[in-house]
Amino acid sequence: MANSHQLKRVDFIFRNENDWEKVLSNTIKKTPRDLINELISSELKGRGGAGFPTGLKWKLTSEAESDEKYVICNADEGEPGTFKDREILSRVPYKVFTAMAICGYITGAREGFIYLRGEYKFLKEELEKVIDEFDYYCREIKLDFKIKVFMGSGAYICGEETALMESMEGKRGEPRNKPPFPTQAGYQGKPTVINNVETLVHTFTIFKYGAKKFYDLGVQYSRGTKLFSVSGDTPKPGIYELELGMSLQDFVYEFGDGDTKAVQVGGASGFLVPRKKFKDAAIGFKGKLTGISLPTGGSMMLFNSSRSMFNVLDNYLEFFREESCGQCTPCRVGCQQLLLGIKAVKRGDKPAAYLDKLLRLTETMQYTAKCGLGQSVANSFSSIVENFREEMIY
Amino acid sequence: MSKKVNITINGYPVEIKAGETILEAAESEGIKIPTLCYHKDLCVAGNCRVCVVEVVGQKRLSAACATPCEDGMEILTNSLKVRNSRKQIIELLLAEHNADCTKCYRNGNCELQTLASEYKIMTQEFIELVPLKKFSIDMYSPSIMKDDSKCIRCQRCVRTCAELQGVNALTVAHKGDQMKITTFFEKAMRDVVCTNCGQCVNHCPTGALVEKNYIEEVWEAIANPNLHVIVQTAPAVRVGLGEELGMEPGESVTGKMVAALKRLGFDSVLDTDFTADLTIIEEGTELLTRLKKVLVDKDETVKLPMATSCSPGWIKYVEHMYPEYLKHLSTCKSPQQMFGALAKTYYAKARNLEPDKIVSVSIMPCTAKKYEAYRPEMHDSGYRDVDYVLTTRELAILIKQAGLDFKKLEPAKFDRLMGESTGAAVIFGATGGVMEAALRTAYEIVTGRDVPFENLDITPVRGIDGVREASVKIENPVEEWAFLDGVELKCAVAHGLINAKSVMDAVKSGEANYHFIEFMACPGGCLGGGGQPIPTNAEIRQKRAEAIYAEDRGLPIRKSHENPEIHKLYKDFLKEPLGEVSHHLLHTKYTKRERY
Amino acid sequence: MDPIQTLVKDLADIHGRKRENLLPIMQGVVEKEHYLSELSMIEIAREMDIPAADVYGTATFYSFLETKSTGKYTIRVCKTITCAMKGKNQVLFAIQDMLKIKLGETTPDHQFTLLETNCLGWCHKAPAMLINDEVYTELTPEKVREILSEYMKQNGNNGYH
Repeated sequence: MANSHQLKRVDFIFRNENDWEKVLSNTIKKTPRDLINELISSELKGRGGAGFPTGLKWKLTSEAESDEKYVICNADEGEPGTFKDREILSRVPYKVFTAMAICGYITGAREGFIYLRGEYKFLKEELEKVIDEFDYYCREIKLDFKIKVFMGSGAYICGEETALMESMEGKRGEPRNKPPFPTQAGYQGKPTVINNVETLVHTFTIFKYGAKKFYDLGVQYSRGTKLFSVSGDTPKPGIYELELGMSLQDFVYEFGDGDTKAVQVGGASGFLVPRKKFKDAAIGFKGKLTGISLPTGGSMMLFNSSRSMFNVLDNYLEFFREESCGQCTPCRVGCQQLLLGIKAVKRGDKPAAYLDKLLRLTETMQYTAKCGLGQSVANSFSSIVENFREEMIY
Repeated sequence: MSKKVNITINGYPVEIKAGETILEAAESEGIKIPTLCYHKDLCVAGNCRVCVVEVVGQKRLSAACATPCEDGMEILTNSLKVRNSRKQIIELLLAEHNADCTKCYRNGNCELQTLASEYKIMTQEFIELVPLKKFSIDMYSPSIMKDDSKCIRCQRCVRTCAELQGVNALTVAHKGDQMKITTFFEKAMRDVVCTNCGQCVNHCPTGALVEKNYIEEVWEAIANPNLHVIVQTAPAVRVGLGEELGMEPGESVTGKMVAALKRLGFDSVLDTDFTADLTIIEEGTELLTRLKKVLVDKDETVKLPMATSCSPGWIKYVEHMYPEYLKHLSTCKSPQQMFGALAKTYYAKARNLEPDKIVSVSIMPCTAKKYEAYRPEMHDSGYRDVDYVLTTRELAILIKQAGLDFKKLEPAKFDRLMGESTGAAVIFGATGGVMEAALRTAYEIVTGRDVPFENLDITPVRGIDGVREASVKIENPVEEWAFLDGVELKCAVAHGLINAKSVMDAVKSGEANYHFIEFMACPGGCLGGGGQPIPTNAEIRQKRAEAIYAEDRGLPIRKSHENPEIHKLYKDFLKEPLGEVSHHLLHTKYTKRERY
Repeated sequence: MDPIQTLVKDLADIHGRKRENLLPIMQGVVEKEHYLSELSMIEIAREMDIPAADVYGTATFYSFLETKSTGKYTIRVCKTITCAMKGKNQVLFAIQDMLKIKLGETTPDHQFTLLETNCLGWCHKAPAMLINDEVYTELTPEKVREILSEYMKQNGNNGYH
């Protein structure tokens, strides 16, 4: 268990290191196999929220046979309460590019894309300037790797990796059936590594300092550090790099305003943890510690006792109703039903027991929706309705 | 190559081919998994989610249509978790659907209704979404009606329009709760590139896309004692109609159909096949004339290859997509419209009827024919040449409404005049049929001999490949066609507009040098038309095709130019192929249309 | 040639004419024209040889690719949870009051269109809004009035009609 009332702050990600050229040229002196093993031994898991082991992803793509492969940096940061990727791209973009180039070297990809959400268009020009410098250096060390920025245009679902690829292919950003997974058939049907911005920066840390340095941080199953985007009722909103495995109690002690009623971990598609469960909740990936473990893309939204949890849920559901791609039944119709349903209960048009019907619906959505969006609506819905049922009714 | 995979379905071990989906594996084991967005003609979408099944060990359910079987998979198609989830999904679809089933055109033949019935969805606990949305019905097209309130967003229509037809009139627009199936800028179907082929109607699981029906209009005409109501039936109808009336695919019901039409009260039951034979005479002559003008006269205004013009979906497609090729289209009207023009002239005169007292009805496997009859240029008789076009499905409705026990009807024969036909006309209903019929006649005109194929069966142009080619070398022609000696007549056949597109692109790029191409808008030709029974798929199309070729083989006359009624028509009325009367009544012009 | 035709052709020359170039081209049109008109979509379809319905279907998927006429400046106020908690409504009222338009509307002089949008990624500095691509954070009614006055003044000076 983490020590009580102690958060371990770390500074890797934003540490200003002007040695990316050296990191890049040194790293690509090693064999792809060694680098993959290094990455696997770090136990780095994807920082976008789903937590897939990064080393394995790169390994699968490197083993896939194809003339063309791609590396995509997922900068379609749209999860409510998350804003870390923007900060990374504005402060240490070269770390991201270096990681992408190393990934290209390992997997055999010669082209990389940054899928930047439309809301962050103001970053584009600066990023392209850094890319020019980066390209110049790649040519100098004869590394055949090019990076381009691809702009999104306002669609949360494009953060889902296959929807993002559809979008890059000029289509509606609708998630694909899986399998096949992107490591086999991704962008343009070619093997593709797609990683969150933060994940890529962690690989930079690992390649620079070695896997052990990363592995030694965090706890079992949840190694390393993580950026947290802290917002809501907190005196200290902002971005913080913390070791994984902390308890929510400690987090609230540090960031709460003294009146924290609940914390939403992982954004609208994450879980709401009420005060009484703070001490049992640990921030990290599944299968660790005792009590609840919460995978997270790093969004931490604090609510104090002045907030209505009905309004919070209403806001999330409106978000999902609009941002669902609409192709699959459980998500398209389910999100509408959930939103209308809680309103009807609140108005008294439906009995309180209707909430149970809606809870069963979220279970169905979790089992049957085509992608992570529809599957995870259940998270916030059930955690809010179960913990704050009376606020939904009265 | 065919690696085997061992799985269990509901506890029973099954050995299947590697790469098969769960749905395919279950089907081959005789286990039905319900589907909505899945259609054998189309790529897998996996979006309706009613086919979800449980794979033991996985928390989430898998869409059976989109999930390949892996060795060792234990699949449960009917576990409680599956049942409960599936039932909720059906409930969700019903909450989004205008489920006023008793007032729906597809009542009784709706996949959602069937599913709701199978799962006994007896209550509607979810909030109905239809009243909250401003749905509209697009009924401006003479062929197709689109009612968004009945749409379940399975996208079968969108995939049909794109994958089978390459037309892309329909698209998915917006997202989330606003997501809908619509056209460019949400215009009416009649104002976009829609060819009216009706494949979307044939592939729609619900009543969201249906043909515009003219059932009541036809009943009223029949009931009016002052009107003489005639009916023509297209060749493909006779091999599809039975399916709507409780018979198996592939049964030819020509005689029963004629008997039924007589009992419905039509004053004369005639055959589009008659004008199919006429089309061959006119179009065959046109082809030979074009060949002469191009090869001998070097007339550059005359275009080759010549393309057939029987399929109104194809015609509208060219008008939109390849307007620079309008001169390549045969000027012949389709058999339906030739019939219509003759009905109110030749037939009226012969039967001593006032043309304005004739109501001309046609039964077609096609929704585009409704639009064709509605075209302003189709009034050459001085009246609207064809008054009402009914699909095969609509005819079945008439028969059911009249209470006829179709299976028990004694076969009857078509009336005369304009009821006599040949095997060449019957095969118009299948892809390649027009080509085959034309070659049977044209070759004989040119050489005086039968086409050099056993039993007149020109097998290279038959079959199911999207594009097929054939060439016929002309040797020892009669004197009039001596210039064709040694010429290898190059022909191609394409069906489904996506295949038409590939042929047209090859023609455009110059890599294809055909003389004559048959195009049919629908997969399989007319027998797979948008107005044919639902469902239609490759297997069913195959059976209908077999029935058509069997009918051809069984007929005493199998060449259009040997049809005695055609001889009489030329002798009494038209005088000669491509003559002045023909030109006026049987040929038409085309219109350039916007591509977008 | 029609200016839209020229614009689309130029964009296609820059980005390419394959399907994967569709988004950049549509974004380019929106940057210049503020929205995708029926005509511009027809041009895109023609230039790239893809179905017009597909262009429309794709455009309407993305909330930044407007298909209705918009003003020179599109204001997108974030309505997601933190911004909603931190006074988004007051900001919205201030804008509506000042521009005399409701949500979804455009000022009669075609300067401003007012929309709401989902999470802009500035939750720690809520409430936030975008005016075209420019971000404004930690908004208050006073602050937003100042910002809009600045835009109005600029346009007055530029003589933009």
